[in-house]
Amino acid sequence: MTSRTVLRIAPAAALLLAVLTAAGCGGSASQEELVVGEFGSLTGNDATFGTSTKNGVEIALQELQSRSAGKIGGLPVRVVVEDDQSKPEEAATVVQKLINQDRVITVLGEVASSRSLAGAPICQNAGVPMISPSSTNPRVTQVGDYIFRMCFLDQFQGTVMARFTAQTLNLKKVAILKDSKSDYSVGLAQFFTEAFTALGGSIITEQAYQSGDNDFRAQLTAIKAKRPDAIIVPGYYTEAGLIARQARELGLKQPLIGGDGWESEKLTEIGGEALNGCYYSNHWALDSPDPKLQAFLQSYRDKFKGDPDAIGGLAYDAANVLFGAIEKLAEQDPSAFKGLSSAHAGSSARSEAEKKLRDLIAATTNYAGATGTITLDQNRNASKPAVVIEIKDGKKVFNSTFNP
Amino acid sequence: MTEFFQQLVNGVTWGSVYALIALGYTMVYGILRLINFAHGDVYMLGAFFGYFTARFIGAAHDPNPLKALMVLLSAMVACGLVGVVIERFAYKPVRRSSRLSALITAIGVSLLLENGGILVFGADPKFFPQIITAREFTIAHGVTISNQQLIILAVSVALMFALRFIVTRTRVGKAMQAVSFNPTAASLMGISVDRIITFTFMLGSMLAAAAGVLVALQNPKIEPLMGIMPGLKAFVAAVLGGIGNVPGAVVGGLVMGIAEVLVVGYISPTYRDAIAFVLLIVILLVRPAGILGRHVAEKV
Repeated sequence: MTSRTVLRIAPAAALLLAVLTAAGCGGSASQEELVVGEFGSLTGNDATFGTSTKNGVEIALQELQSRSAGKIGGLPVRVVVEDDQSKPEEAATVVQKLINQDRVITVLGEVASSRSLAGAPICQNAGVPMISPSSTNPRVTQVGDYIFRMCFLDQFQGTVMARFTAQTLNLKKVAILKDSKSDYSVGLAQFFTEAFTALGGSIITEQAYQSGDNDFRAQLTAIKAKRPDAIIVPGYYTEAGLIARQARELGLKQPLIGGDGWESEKLTEIGGEALNGCYYSNHWALDSPDPKLQAFLQSYRDKFKGDPDAIGGLAYDAANVLFGAIEKLAEQDPSAFKGLSSAHAGSSARSEAEKKLRDLIAATTNYAGATGTITLDQNRNASKPAVVIEIKDGKKVFNSTFNP
Repeated sequence: MTEFFQQLVNGVTWGSVYALIALGYTMVYGILRLINFAHGDVYMLGAFFGYFTARFIGAAHDPNPLKALMVLLSAMVACGLVGVVIERFAYKPVRRSSRLSALITAIGVSLLLENGGILVFGADPKFFPQIITAREFTIAHGVTISNQQLIILAVSVALMFALRFIVTRTRVGKAMQAVSFNPTAASLMGISVDRIITFTFMLGSMLAAAAGVLVALQNPKIEPLMGIMPGLKAFVAAVLGGIGNVPGAVVGGLVMGIAEVLVVGYISPTYRDAIAFVLLIVILLVRPAGILGRHVAEKV
């Protein structure tokens, strides 16, 4: 570059910089607001989890908009969404960003337990409440008293799958094919095994894969040699769909049984006909007559032109529980509520307010959500019934309900 | 025993895919002494070109062999062109520089294709439509093979024979051999070395594209980073067979595929990727020139 071009460019660059800084400052300082963070897998292997969560939260925001012009206690609510690309290490990075740069008052997320476990310690240390809508691994809320969840735990889900397999289907010899890289899958496989052997069943072989794999023929061939009555696949939908297809290609006709990680509209797109006659446990069944569910279903269909999955429903409930807690704080303790405003980020007023908000979330009792009634116990977990879904002709059909 | 033979069938199918990718590595190396690290990403592009063609001609709704063939050929042609473009704009400018520059350029092209893929196709996986209705056959004693596996085997073998024919029987193939043997002497004999190199890249990229479509047939999940691991493993396969040696690449690919499936089936899936590099280390210690490679004394 010659010195003359430098001379010509420099003033322009300086001007641009000045404009940008001014705009940047103006945006954040002039307006007080409530900033909520959300992290999820918008891209990558489990992309529908993050997308459904985001859509569920958007419906809750839309309702807040029509109820009170999108404001709580006079302050507008803004949700910052970050993509973790379906990777736990990215989840840790984006949660750091939400807390340190966006200064959010609460974090909503994640679906996959491995990624919730990556984000939870950061929220706990910063004293920012985190609500996982749908992570079922028990360790998630054990991280600390600022971590909550809106769904049942894998101990319960494992028991449901075991009871369904051993008692409803009357199958006693099963093989397990789990994802050894996922906390969710490893935990669920273990809880299933405990419950299933207690019911008199036996696990005749246990094989593993790693999330992201796309060839499972070697494991399925080993399973086939043992002739199980059913194959338990406690993983996520991408792998479950591929496993179903390859199992049928190898001549395995047994039903595949999974958990809520199968809940995605992509499942049947990937697995196709191979999934017919398979079952998985879930948080809801769309054909349930529950009015809250049907109302959510209607708004979701109007906005997104498709059906929600349970992941979206749980995110909707999580956002509503949070908004409810903030509303309560604004009513009961307006001076503490002020600490949540973006103007007080990083102050001691903020950490006081966070503490009170935490207590209000923890006190959630009998909240009627789209995914059932939510009452948080002393371990900040929700205790809810589970349903078993059967896949028939590519459709997800309600099969049975199990109560805790 | 049934289980073992079934694993062998699975392994040979995978191995033939590795062999197809390894052939591209080995041909380019044989002629340019360049390890084309972008080769695995051309394989990824092949799967994506196939995906878009299949969607465009509606092969998913009405699967028939003609449409499947169209998908395969269009992906091969598109990737052949990509190979030519990569060679022309990335490798040709650095051909007279040191070999290290070319190697670093290859890594750069690889990163460009991967991240360009994320930009254009998106990071979340796409699912290759079923352009061939899956059917399985029992060979003997419960050992099954699907028609997709049969197609993979048949197409791979056919392409390998076609390649062998081109290299040994045609004028351009003989020119390739001459360039590989001694580029300066070949150019003195009136062979256009540039054109032969371009042709080699095109041929290698077409084979990679075929491998991409074939894999997507049976493992329908495709994403922009899918080429990294198969690319690396096919490179190991090429070294295993003796890099620069065409039959060696086929042998290396098969050994890799079988080893991988047996490790997953009998030991642990954790070692699926590790076994490739264990094999690499073993071969480098025991027989550095590769299974079919000949040791050539370096002239100084």
